[in-house]
Amino acid sequence: MAHYNLPTPVSEADIRKLRVNDTVTLQNTLFGIRDATQIHMFDKGRKTRFDLNGHAVIHTAPNVRKVPVSEEFPAGYQPICIGTTTSDRMERFTRPLMTENGVRMIVGKGGMREGSASAFQEIGGVYLAIIGGTAALETTWIEQIEDVDMDDLNPESLWRFKIKDFGPLLVAMDSHGGSIYQEVKGEVARNKEAVLKSLGIAS
Amino acid sequence: MQLQMKAVEEACKELYIRALKVLPDDVKAGIERLNQGESDARAQVVLKTMITNISVAEREDNLLCQDTGLPIYKVKIGRNVQLDGMALKAAIRKGCERATTEYPLRSSVVHPITRKNNHTSCGIDMPAISIDFCDDDEMLEIEMVPKGSGSENNSFLKMAIPADGINGVKAFVIESVVSAGGKTCPPTIVGVGIGGTSEQCVAMAKRAATRALGSACPDEEGAKLEQELTAAVNKLGIGPQGLGGDGTAFAVHVELAHTHITLNPVAVNMQCHSARRARATFTPDGVTYGF
Repeated sequence: MAHYNLPTPVSEADIRKLRVNDTVTLQNTLFGIRDATQIHMFDKGRKTRFDLNGHAVIHTAPNVRKVPVSEEFPAGYQPICIGTTTSDRMERFTRPLMTENGVRMIVGKGGMREGSASAFQEIGGVYLAIIGGTAALETTWIEQIEDVDMDDLNPESLWRFKIKDFGPLLVAMDSHGGSIYQEVKGEVARNKEAVLKSLGIAS
Repeated sequence: MQLQMKAVEEACKELYIRALKVLPDDVKAGIERLNQGESDARAQVVLKTMITNISVAEREDNLLCQDTGLPIYKVKIGRNVQLDGMALKAAIRKGCERATTEYPLRSSVVHPITRKNNHTSCGIDMPAISIDFCDDDEMLEIEMVPKGSGSENNSFLKMAIPADGINGVKAFVIESVVSAGGKTCPPTIVGVGIGGTSEQCVAMAKRAATRALGSACPDEEGAKLEQELTAAVNKLGIGPQGLGGDGTAFAVHVELAHTHITLNPVAVNMQCHSARRARATFTPDGVTYGF
């Protein structure tokens, strides 16, 4: 269980070093992405002007305040509360995010499924678990909203955040086929049999 | 008591913001209790981070979670309260909209077909408003619940049959919690509705999921089932955030209604660990706030 400080963008070699139960703190840049963003990118053929190669995306749609563009708020948005949404809904977008945009890290909550796990393994990617519902804390790790693309989808725009000491995040799915969610799923399936039995239910 | 609609509008604005910022004491105590009883090291880190987040939100005067949820306003009207029902609904809606545009909060509300967001947290039949009555004299209460989507996306109804018995109900609750896994942002309050009509059953599950921790089902059989199922779901090992551990649920809450001889409906609705709610009470002395 090692800890890594990772300035973005990262290389495939950086990612291959990571194993489940390691922890990561991200530096520099993080991109915010959500259901509508990815539906537009991969189902409606929209292209982003951002270069996501080697980067991390976080499943989010933030609370922001519209303000005049300034040095402090270059995108015209002040961050209010930025947190994380359930990743599972965006399962089918993991592979195209990696193959078409070069994304290497997904920050989210609740985990992703087999399709994401195999994409991480084949292409070199990881899922970094953040604690869902702890947005007040996460907001303190974000320095600025640097830029925004596809803002007609607001709040599900594609956001570029400037970050400092973003973490610790837990490597919950790695590029070697490891997944804490799969491990837990197996344990829960076994426990369920015993639980049903204790309730007097034949399974 | 004559209810002033301007005061209702102000309170409904205030309630949305308050609910998003400060967790009720019973929920804070619930997280502390699960943290103390947790045997899994990874789960302990998760629960401690949740506790840290609560204090960061209070210190920074910020929202606990980014998800502003679907806004739900539950109104309870006591005796001898004079009001115009349509004006009451309009005032609630206006308060919800003002919280969103003036604070500003993320509007999480879209048209279900076009997916268009009005950026007001309002739309057709949204906020969700329910109205009920109580015996208290000259009193009106509004409870606001921002219902997060992670937990709401895991809502289940089964029209079980009498031959399935209570065991069919129990098995369905266990199946639902297992299938939700970490997606609901556990530890959760698992709300279970049993009986009634299909829509009553779903509404009871929601009411159960948003009830204060420590409260019990008024029906004796329902209360017994709460205890049995709370112990059972916490043996599943899903744990906080679905990363394994003991603390899968704060509690299982049950609400029930009599049902048809041929029906055995069961519904499950869950509330995430950020089990937010806020309450305003109107009396002839003015408005007071609580949970």
